[in-house]
Amino acid sequence: MNPVLLSMKNISKSFPGVKALSNVDLELKHGEVLALVGENGAGKSTMMKILNGIYTKDEGEILLEGKEVNIENINQAQELGISIIHQELNLMRDLTVAENIFIGREPRSAFNFFLKDRELNKKTADLFKRLNIELDPHTKVADLTIAKQQMVEIAKALSFNSKIIIMDEPTTALTETEIDSLFVTIESLRADGVGVIYISHRMDELKRITDRITVMRDGTYIDTLVTKDTEMSKIIQLMVGRQVYIESKPTSINENQETILRLENVSTKDHLKNVSFELKKGEILGFAGLMGAGRTEVARAIFGADKIESGSIFLNDQEVKIKSPKQAVEMGIGYVSEDRKHLGLLIDMDVKTNMAMATIKNFTKGNFVVSQKEMEKVAEKYVDELKIKTPSVHQKIRNLSGGNQQKVVIAKWLLRNCDILIFDEPTRGIDVGAKGEIYKLIDELADSGMAVIMISSELPEVLRMSHRVIVMSEGRITGELTSAEATQEKIMEYATAVN
Amino acid sequence: MNIDTVVNEEKKKLGNSRIPSGAIQQILAFASLIALIIFFSLASGSFLQYSNIIGILLSTAVIGILALGATFVIITGGIDLSVGTVMTLSSVMIGVIVVDGGMPIWVGIVGGILTGALCGLLSGFAIAKLNIPPFIATLAMMMIAKGLALVISSAAPIYFSDHPSFTKISLGSITPGIEVPNAILIFFIMAIIGGIILSKTILGRYNFAIGSNEEATKLSGVNVNFWKMSIYTLAGAFTGVAGVLMAARLNSAQPALGQGYELEAIAAVVIGGTSLSGGKGTIVGTVIGALIMSVLTNGLRIMSIPQEWQTVVVGLVIILAVYADTLRKKD
Repeated sequence: MNPVLLSMKNISKSFPGVKALSNVDLELKHGEVLALVGENGAGKSTMMKILNGIYTKDEGEILLEGKEVNIENINQAQELGISIIHQELNLMRDLTVAENIFIGREPRSAFNFFLKDRELNKKTADLFKRLNIELDPHTKVADLTIAKQQMVEIAKALSFNSKIIIMDEPTTALTETEIDSLFVTIESLRADGVGVIYISHRMDELKRITDRITVMRDGTYIDTLVTKDTEMSKIIQLMVGRQVYIESKPTSINENQETILRLENVSTKDHLKNVSFELKKGEILGFAGLMGAGRTEVARAIFGADKIESGSIFLNDQEVKIKSPKQAVEMGIGYVSEDRKHLGLLIDMDVKTNMAMATIKNFTKGNFVVSQKEMEKVAEKYVDELKIKTPSVHQKIRNLSGGNQQKVVIAKWLLRNCDILIFDEPTRGIDVGAKGEIYKLIDELADSGMAVIMISSELPEVLRMSHRVIVMSEGRITGELTSAEATQEKIMEYATAVN
Repeated sequence: MNIDTVVNEEKKKLGNSRIPSGAIQQILAFASLIALIIFFSLASGSFLQYSNIIGILLSTAVIGILALGATFVIITGGIDLSVGTVMTLSSVMIGVIVVDGGMPIWVGIVGGILTGALCGLLSGFAIAKLNIPPFIATLAMMMIAKGLALVISSAAPIYFSDHPSFTKISLGSITPGIEVPNAILIFFIMAIIGGIILSKTILGRYNFAIGSNEEATKLSGVNVNFWKMSIYTLAGAFTGVAGVLMAARLNSAQPALGQGYELEAIAAVVIGGTSLSGGKGTIVGTVIGALIMSVLTNGLRIMSIPQEWQTVVVGLVIILAVYADTLRKKD
């Protein structure tokens, strides 16, 4: 067995009013990939921020290769060889790749004030050569894909000669092939004896890449298990402390259901090429494909956010021209965006206002004065129905967990009496327990006759939810599978199909 | 192959070419400047006369130097509303030191520049350490500087009549052959210094980094507060230099002058393609922006368009410039 690289013992940390961590242990070995799992709020991030010098611990000790260390700031952590790759990529988009990697460590000349950019770019090129990364140091980060940006972050971490690399949800924005290449990188880190702490909600990834799994819940240490000897359902159970809804779905819908939406040869200026499909009432239609395949663009075209160049859209067998999201909403189409914090919710306003946002007119007297009481009544009904966990409908959205925020967005659209609801990455950034609840909710919506389009980059999610799966590649539909036919391999085959 | 595909192919080629996105805005601004110059020289014979060109450059100098300083601040994603009145405070400070205090002129100049830098430092402190939004912090500094300028001058102009050499700093000329007022020379020297700081030094690099993603910069271990304060201090020093030129040109320190200059400076920066949301901008752009503003005012005046309408036109140009920028981003 490899020697111990890092051990954190009895770590405790309090913030005003909250005990974030109490007596948490963590042990990482040389060349090990350790998963750190737990629901949102379990204390994973706090633990990692302590290790990285962003927070200081109240109690406990940190031993690095057997020696006690005191990590007081980020620079110290970096010098000790501890790097973190944050979930929300922490890059300066307007700076070049090289400038990002060596930020704070720029080669300098006179008075330590002037930059030596030629040396900077050379150092970066050397680093890339050593790591086998093909990137131009001069490229602006804003011009890179998310996957390439992540490679920049990894290269940055490795440029410190890091012994420990923390990856916080590294795959949320990656497609399957990009994930594969990330795992190749992780394997080579492992071979070099680097310890990786891997935070993720995706059980299939943990199974593939990690050696051991440490589970946390409510700021406490629960258990550490060897991955290959452990059932994933056991892990989920430890994380949430209760049984989770994982029951598999009905595989077909009633054939007699009528078609509510039909697209015929829809093309847009830059993205879509001759997209045609049908959607039935009560159906969950999954959209799979790599990033940039055009899935979100289909949703945008239906929702009137992008202009359609040719082709037609039929609603209930009648051709419609949808020119704006406002029109789409009036026709009974709802869109739950992948970026709920920016596009779906007013983060600093309360639950009831957010729910009423799309239907505010219904809550007004004389179209002007908003009736708080009416809003409250309706909001309470939905909080109850959707089992939204919130102390009251007056709670600010900011204070809700990701899963409950998503439910508020769904309630907003239910209030509008939508017939068609489009979900774009419905469970991004939502933890496992809450995912199950969102799945259940979407199932129930479909059962009650709602037509659902679900775009997702998580294949298990697509397989778990969809009655039918449409696969896209480069703006075209390359395959259509019934839920009985659909497998991860088949979807990937279509998704990587070249025209 | 139909027309659409041809157009798309062309667009792809353009998109892939290695013209940095900021450069397009600069080229656009420069082309507008040239277009304006051609337009006005056709409209009026006197526009291209040597004395008029010097006049345009002279009126660009003060606003231009203020705009140079503001460029640094705006690239951080901040704003500085105090540059107008801080400039006034700096020039009044020169008067107090030289006329009331009887000190040599160079002491006054250094004092004036330091006054500007100190005001910038205080704004920067309020923003970085006290977490006051730049808009509010510099709004407060605008009022503080305005009040102080009136207090230390007892609300009366201070004249440099006993120091005839002072005005040469602005209106004299040291260029052999042709007569170019020093103020213009100083403006271009300040622009070069600003350009070097922005593109070749650590301060410039962190300036862009902070404007691009402050949190990420902080998490990379950069002392963001220190650099923010440095940037506001630097902008303040530029403001101080503008104060020196202003006092020298008027041969007096006018405590009631200066308010409103900050908005013109910000306008010049924006026309020059610097993004108010931070992370993007150039010194060359700002110089062009400042020139566009004064060419426009001067040209309209020569065409005998009333001053009220000149202001309206400048306002419209700002809308146009920023709209062109958003169009470009959409693509």
